Amino acid sequence: MIQENVLTWFLACRTTDVPDNGGVCVKYHDDQIALFNFSRRGEWYATQNMCPHRMQMAISRGMIGTQNSEPKVACPFHKKTFSLSTGKCLSGDDCGDLKTYPVKIENDLVYIGIEE
Amino acid sequence: MKIVVIGNGMVGYKFCEKLTAKAQSGQFEIVVFGEEIRPAYDRVHLSEYFAGKTAEDLTMAGLDWYEEKNIKLYLGDPISYIDREQKTVRSHHGITESYDYLILATGSAAFVPPIPGVEKEGVFIYRTIEDLELMTAYAKKAKTGAVIGGGLLGLEAAKAMIDLGVTNTHVIEFAPRLMPRQIDEAGSNILKAKLESLGLSIHTSKNTSGILGDQFINGMQFSDDTKLDVDMLVISAGIKPRDELAKLAGLETGHRGGIVVNDKLATADQFIFAIGECALHGGMIYGLVAPGYEMAEVVAANLMGGDKSFTGFDMSTKLKLIGVDVASFGDPFVSHTEGRSIVLEDSMKGVYKRINISNDGKYLLGGILVGDADAYNMLLQTSKNKVVLPPNPEDVILGARGGSGGEGGAGITSLPDDALICSCESVSKGDICQAVCDGNETMDAVKKCTKAGTGCGGCVPMVKDLITHTLKSQGKYVRNVLCEHFNYSRQELYDLVKVHKLMTFDEVLNKLGTGDGCELCKPPVASILASLWNEMILAKGNDTAQDSNDRFLANIQKGGTYSVVPRIPGGEITPEKLIVIGEVARKYNLYTKITGGQRIDLFGAHVSDLPAIWSELIAAGFESGHAYGKALRTVKSCVGSTWCRFGLHDSVSFAIRIEERYRGLRAPHKLKSAVSGCIRECAEAQSKDFGIIATEKGWNLYVCGNGGSKPQHALLLATDLDSETCIKYIDRFLMFYIKTADPLTRTATWLNKMEGGIDYLKNVVINDSLGIAGQLEAEMQLLVDNYKCEWKEAVENPEIRKRFSHFVNAPEVKDPSITFEPMREQKKAKEWK
Ligand SMILES: Cc1cc2nc3c(=O)[nH]c(=O)nc-3n(C[C@H](O)[C@H](O)[C@H](O)COP(=O)(O)OP(=O)(O)OC[C@H]3O[C@@H](n4cnc5c(N)ncnc54)[C@H](O)[C@@H]3O)c2cc1C
Ligand code: SF4
Ligand code: SF4
Ligand code: FES
Repeated sequence: MIQENVLTWFLACRTTDVPDNGGVCVKYHDDQIALFNFSRRGEWYATQNMCPHRMQMAISRGMIGTQNSEPKVACPFHKKTFSLSTGKCLSGDDCGDLKTYPVKIENDLVYIGIEE
Repeated sequence: MKIVVIGNGMVGYKFCEKLTAKAQSGQFEIVVFGEEIRPAYDRVHLSEYFAGKTAEDLTMAGLDWYEEKNIKLYLGDPISYIDREQKTVRSHHGITESYDYLILATGSAAFVPPIPGVEKEGVFIYRTIEDLELMTAYAKKAKTGAVIGGGLLGLEAAKAMIDLGVTNTHVIEFAPRLMPRQIDEAGSNILKAKLESLGLSIHTSKNTSGILGDQFINGMQFSDDTKLDVDMLVISAGIKPRDELAKLAGLETGHRGGIVVNDKLATADQFIFAIGECALHGGMIYGLVAPGYEMAEVVAANLMGGDKSFTGFDMSTKLKLIGVDVASFGDPFVSHTEGRSIVLEDSMKGVYKRINISNDGKYLLGGILVGDADAYNMLLQTSKNKVVLPPNPEDVILGARGGSGGEGGAGITSLPDDALICSCESVSKGDICQAVCDGNETMDAVKKCTKAGTGCGGCVPMVKDLITHTLKSQGKYVRNVLCEHFNYSRQELYDLVKVHKLMTFDEVLNKLGTGDGCELCKPPVASILASLWNEMILAKGNDTAQDSNDRFLANIQKGGTYSVVPRIPGGEITPEKLIVIGEVARKYNLYTKITGGQRIDLFGAHVSDLPAIWSELIAAGFESGHAYGKALRTVKSCVGSTWCRFGLHDSVSFAIRIEERYRGLRAPHKLKSAVSGCIRECAEAQSKDFGIIATEKGWNLYVCGNGGSKPQHALLLATDLDSETCIKYIDRFLMFYIKTADPLTRTATWLNKMEGGIDYLKNVVINDSLGIAGQLEAEMQLLVDNYKCEWKEAVENPEIRKRFSHFVNAPEVKDPSITFEPMREQKKAKEWK
């Protein structure tokens, strides 16, 4: 039997609110979520906004790109990089990983999936 | 078998390393006594202590290494007595240890000539980390310094003094030329001119007869009745082997010092060996590390039952000074009967090369290189391995002219596989190529696996060439490319973007790259676009390719707030504008600080407050200071002739003119400048990327200086310029830098890497040797004409303004995680974890 987690889809913003190939920060109750529009690849990603390296609310302001076609984001503070798809730290040290969230687009609106 | 080693210096340590590497565990019991308080460190690179290396960085192996190898190490406890009958040694603290074999590796001490006054405070020697610590502390209050001794070590010490901030430093040499043991008169003259351009004053044929001052040195007296005022002095007049212990034990020593040893490095007592700088072999003291390592190898191998001999060693050297290349190899001064010399001298460029070849023209016997020693490793190998010279032997020194590295690559191939590339660690060409084939494809990897290049470091360029060459021969591609998305260097990309008239990051990536970009290629491409077209950096989809700081036109600070830095050209500001800054800071609760670049930074701004803050500043006549960009920062100025009684010209007006001309200019890295009104240099122009100092007749232009973590003095590019010519030269200089430098390379590093150095740069900028001066000026004019204040455009554009909010779905809410702590009536960012 496959256990399905129950997702609540939360309306974050319009697609046009997020710059091409860039990110924004979304407020969800007391949480901060970084949302990325990887328009070059036609993909959307969401992760926690807090960088685990020095606990800074900064991931949404990071630069996105790829490393061997793995989508990633670089924290603006010390350029630690994290996979956008798995949240794993790619900088080869143990500063910790990012939590990731599913994203869906409907009618030019962006929804982020939150596990209940 | 029990082995006692006296001395834990470079050679004593290397002996332990070689012996433990060869021996089975338990075969030897090793005990080491060291007089210094720390385990052996890399004395060869001692001067790097001034460039920020710590004692720890210089350590050869930490205490845990000795423990792991089961070596008993006594530090800070010298041996004071050897009892050869009982075969024991006794230390200063009274520890007695017996030995089967005793190794003397006591090195040498600085030789201090008996000049009256040498005991005064402020007189130093240059041998240990403690010496350097003492010098560093004293140098803080010294302005003028001197070094006695113009040899290898003396020149290194003089450079160290300049690095310590004793900018007025003199070198006093007794002989008629510098480095008398390595180079000839003509070479010395070129070297002297070079060193003088670095700011050293050189005095040859000068004999110091006394050191003046009461408790502290304040001057030097010379035998020709002249005097020199100095605040500190380093004596580097040669070395004196530490043979006192051997003498006391009745072992034979040379009359000018040194423990006499045979080809097995054994003393008259068959159970006692001497290695390193304390050993006198064949009438020679070897004051270099490589022969010492070879001696350690011989003794270690023989204790294991081998049969090796030490039969002399090559004394070729290359000076490690920054800014001047000097090298000598083989026999630098061949006499007429033994061979003939070919000499190339170019006093304009400051280059002197001499090679000595055998009378039949077949073999290279030795030579001297000053000003350009790129060919050193190759020539050294050619002479050591008796490689037959080409029919026109002069090609080996002329060949490199105008050409690039190609020559070096071809040369390497002609070397036999057993050619010794790294003589410190005896690593051959074959060893290195094999290591590369085994997958060690970087310098660091090869260093780790073969140890090549870990000694004096002189072979590093050649090892790099070998790596490149081996990779190429395997069909692998090696180039200094940006990242996995672009197979081009920054300079290549700059030209291609220009030719194809590409305007956005995506256009560049589509046309010239692959994949989706990353944080390594986006900022340099964005910077190239800005340097080429100087359009609003947040336009046309280039915004997200900017470094985060550029994207928000502000520097991100601890805690996630931003700083606000309005431009204050030349550091001149009206009372009205000062009041506005104060009011804005109070209104938005910002921390204010006056910075080193003569302006006022406001810290702690929420991202959503930035547009409002800037609207108010712009309304009062301020514009962006570009503190967030790899761009021109400030042009610092002293008050100059308008107020200062020494001022020759109006340095403030010129600084404002310069700052307004180049404001907003994007470059591979940040750019700083300054203008001083006279040679007293209150604006510190010689520590800037380009600096200007007033002279009686005009302006002197200095370039490629640097503060920061690796300070470097700017070099004089041109003298006595009128204002227009000065600006013309700066245009050319800056544009040439922008077009050719690698990403994140400051002008100082760019120049250090440039083939031909400052002379080449002078030729390009002043003599237009590349024929591009007109083009450089036109390109700069285009950028100047296109300048707009980025913040003005941002606050006037509602689309861009909208991006300055923390939450996309709650623009009015500020980041609740931001907290401040109070400090001295202002605030600071909360400490991070
Ligand atoms: C500034 C500087 C730059 C140099 N640059 C170069 C270079 O570029 N290339 C090059 O090849 N060489 C260079 N050298 C020379 C090189 O450092 C020496 O050749 C090398 O250190 C010699 O090693 P050693 O072990 O024989 O002597 P040392 O390194 O001097 O070690 C001897 C040790 O024995 C200790 N000792 C002495 N007597 C006793 C005792 N009775 N009991 C216990 N311990 C004792 C001393 O305190 C010292 O720690 C440079 C030297 C200096 C100072
Ligand atoms: S550099 Fe010269 S002109 Fe400028 S303030 Fe100093 S002394 Fe005066
Ligand atoms: S020196 Fe270091 S701490 Fe000080 S401003 Fe520069 S980067 Fe920051
Ligand atoms: S805080 Fe993100 S990398 Fe340091």
